[in-house]
Amino acid sequence: MKHMTRKATRHVSQNEGLIFEKSSSGKAAWKLPPLDVPEVDASALLGVSERKDLGNMPEVSEIEIIRHFTRLSTWNYAIDLGMYPLGSCTMKYNPRVNELVVRLEGLANGHPYQPERISQGALRIIKTLSECLIEITGMDAITLQPAAGAHGELTGLLMVRAYHESKGDPRKKILIPDSAHGTNPATAAMVGYSVENLKSNAQGMVDVAALAAQMNQDVAALMLTNPNTLGVFEQEIHKIAEIMHAKGGLLYMDGANMNALVGKVRPGDFGVDVMHLNLHKTFSTPHGGGGPGSGPVAVKSKLEPFLPTPVPVTKPDGTLGFEYDRPQSVGRVRAFYGNFGMFVRALAYILANGPDGLRQTTEDAVLNANYIRKGLEGVYDLPYSTPSMHEVVFSDKLQAKKGVRTMDLAKRLIDYGFHPYTTAFPLIVPGALMIEPTESEPKEELDLFVEAMKSIAEEVEEDPRTVLDAPHSTRVSRLDETAAARKPVLRWKPGS
Amino acid sequence: MRYLPKSPADRKAMLQAIGARSIDDLFSPIPAEYRLERDLKVPRQMAESEIVDWFRERSRENGDTYATFLGAGAYYHYRPVIIDSLVSRGEFLTAYTPYQAEISQGTLQSIFEFQTMICELTGMEVANASMYDGSTAAAEAVMMAVRLTGRRSVVIARSVHPEYREVLTTYAHHQNLPLSTSSFKEDGRLNLEELEQSITPDTACVLIQSPNFFGTIEDAATIAEIAHKKGAMLVVSIAEAVSLGIVEPPRQADIIALEAQSFGVPLGFGGPYCGVIATREQFVRQMPGRLAGQTTDRNGKRGFVLTLATREQHIRREKATSNICTNQALVALMVNIFMTIYGKVGLKELAKQNLAKTAYAAAQFSKHAKVLLSGPPRFNEFIVQTSEDPYAINSRLLGHKIVGGLPLKKFYPELGNAALWCCTELTTRSAIDTAVGLVAESERSVRSAREEVDVQEVAP
Repeated sequence: MKHMTRKATRHVSQNEGLIFEKSSSGKAAWKLPPLDVPEVDASALLGVSERKDLGNMPEVSEIEIIRHFTRLSTWNYAIDLGMYPLGSCTMKYNPRVNELVVRLEGLANGHPYQPERISQGALRIIKTLSECLIEITGMDAITLQPAAGAHGELTGLLMVRAYHESKGDPRKKILIPDSAHGTNPATAAMVGYSVENLKSNAQGMVDVAALAAQMNQDVAALMLTNPNTLGVFEQEIHKIAEIMHAKGGLLYMDGANMNALVGKVRPGDFGVDVMHLNLHKTFSTPHGGGGPGSGPVAVKSKLEPFLPTPVPVTKPDGTLGFEYDRPQSVGRVRAFYGNFGMFVRALAYILANGPDGLRQTTEDAVLNANYIRKGLEGVYDLPYSTPSMHEVVFSDKLQAKKGVRTMDLAKRLIDYGFHPYTTAFPLIVPGALMIEPTESEPKEELDLFVEAMKSIAEEVEEDPRTVLDAPHSTRVSRLDETAAARKPVLRWKPGS
Repeated sequence: MRYLPKSPADRKAMLQAIGARSIDDLFSPIPAEYRLERDLKVPRQMAESEIVDWFRERSRENGDTYATFLGAGAYYHYRPVIIDSLVSRGEFLTAYTPYQAEISQGTLQSIFEFQTMICELTGMEVANASMYDGSTAAAEAVMMAVRLTGRRSVVIARSVHPEYREVLTTYAHHQNLPLSTSSFKEDGRLNLEELEQSITPDTACVLIQSPNFFGTIEDAATIAEIAHKKGAMLVVSIAEAVSLGIVEPPRQADIIALEAQSFGVPLGFGGPYCGVIATREQFVRQMPGRLAGQTTDRNGKRGFVLTLATREQHIRREKATSNICTNQALVALMVNIFMTIYGKVGLKELAKQNLAKTAYAAAQFSKHAKVLLSGPPRFNEFIVQTSEDPYAINSRLLGHKIVGGLPLKKFYPELGNAALWCCTELTTRSAIDTAVGLVAESERSVRSAREEVDVQEVAP
């Protein structure tokens, strides 16, 4: 490495094979208590349905399991180690008190079908979180049932469709800006809508004139991310909402970027009819290596009749319960009530913040993004000079002249001790570097990041090979993804 | 605010560096008329100790000391301690989806091991990295069969979890997939004659659950034969994963949609859980969800990556196999650790204990009330039909700090006063005996009330 980094130092990490390679007959990590009922003869009870053999399932001891997974864990980067600037992913601190409260006996062991009179604690959590999220979004009603953001989109569009059907015409298509997440068009297809692309204008925002021209009675809704994937607030949002509403359409907001808005502005106030939130982004529930998430959907009152069943309600005697008889409901999108464990964590986060903390959080998130933008402007190409909110998008235009692309820069960032930013998205920016620091980064970490990015830009000028071959400091070098896809090896087999 | 790592001086210095006079400058893109000029009406900022107290109170209001006989898609099994020790490591807990493979090998290798063990247990050739839960996995598996066969209608066994069927109805509604239901016989198994008749040349698949919602193990081999003969696929939903330790998996199925909650995932009032789809290798390109695959780095060293991404929404957009993005990675890790702990021998012994407790309980109940849908083998659930409404019996059981079986009137009114009971390795004999005692008492009092009525009727 030409420029020594202040952020990270190389360090020994343990080797570890697959768990199957450690297995041998007779080792065990389990012990069952003696049976307090008579033993049974499984063959007699199950007959031909009895399973005789569990194939290549491992046999290992407890200490081996602890070491196995602990060693694997050290091969991961994590927020707990440092800045994780993935744009649009909102990788913020995951408070540990959330993990404690979700494991309290009555919440961890609560059965979804236990009688309502001994479920008042869980129902109170659902109700309190719902009220907080309704207030934060400025909407009228909410469902917590969807399991993730994309699942929330599905639920939201199902409600859009049900709403239009109740007016006699489901309509045919959904408008989606070209800067949108891939989940938006995939969801529209699942709900039986065709997708019509909406071009962005020179500032990276919705082209309002184009929208007015494209909007007609066939359009069920516009799916808009705000701030959009460039981190830019749609300044003409009120006009956008007016255009949609004038022709009977609805405005759907993808709440992926809600971290820029909480406590400062409410989507319900600027004309949004339906939106989803990602509790695993804005409300600090851990990403956990790719899930679980939770994707509540908040709506205006005209969409309330269509919420998935069941809907939590307060009964005449003041206790809480679920209401199942909702004739206009879109139905269920998931068994039981949603990812309840994520509700507990999100509510604990809201309680830890209060109104002042939530506002300060948003302000710090926007401050951090703008600080990075200022630090890297001129070093990397900024395709849109429109003001940034919680994230900033650069391009690799300057570095591409030397044959170095955004993915190469990202891989080199790993050597500097950082997780990469989001690469090659949004699609409207060729070679995008999408950076979202969140509020969780102290100034020192941001300074180190800017320093690393500047150093990499210098390396591109002086020694592009170093960047092209990065990362140099990881357990494995760049992996052959093409081979992985061409001849997929998706499981271990004995002798392999 | 204790989660925010900046001093007022830091903020000031940063604003200065940016060239902004105040933080409000940065929010100027938001039209002034929409800016929120007041505090959000949410509870005030709380200390950590207050937060813990608040949730402790909610935990106490949530039946924290009750024994349970509830199953029906969510099962109370023992969770070994090291599951939480390991998933609490920040490197697992606070990592993102492993797109940057070089610094995500821990997550990727664990997914690869997860996929392998799911294949071993289900008898399938490939498994994905997880779906939201068993209900959505079943719906996605059905849609996968629709894509694979090019056919559009679906036959669903009525003995599939009623809420899974509801989810499938929601998913199928706008894809023009006609759904029909196939009924069960008196022994709890699918009515095969009726099934055969309901499969048409347009049937993409038959969806069954085994063990089914009543705990009965279906004859998957025969059902597969019936479906395949008419060119339809067999999709099997498995909601009780522990059954795989002792019950032969439906190897003849084309797709298995599993709910793996039983493997070390807390009941948690219904979620997060862990769905998985497993299938044959030839169908993998139509499978939704993330997949980890083995490959090599530039030095020939073994490593793992997310692969076959061309199926997914971030590449294919509206032509993707599904819109799924975030899955259940950390929950899948719990499942993975659980499977590793119990392994080849432990899973079988664990399943056997479930079998023994259930056999004992069903035998005890049958001395006093009717155990319905009996005959074929069952795993850890059974239906008890009583003379009295099960809600009334359950309400008395609550006084003994026991949650009784799930009353079925809402889902299967034709079964009358029936409830679905579940026993796992954690069910104690004393809880079983108490519950059986109350049912026996209820039957006795109903009988004596009847006799009294009879006596009065014959009296002059």
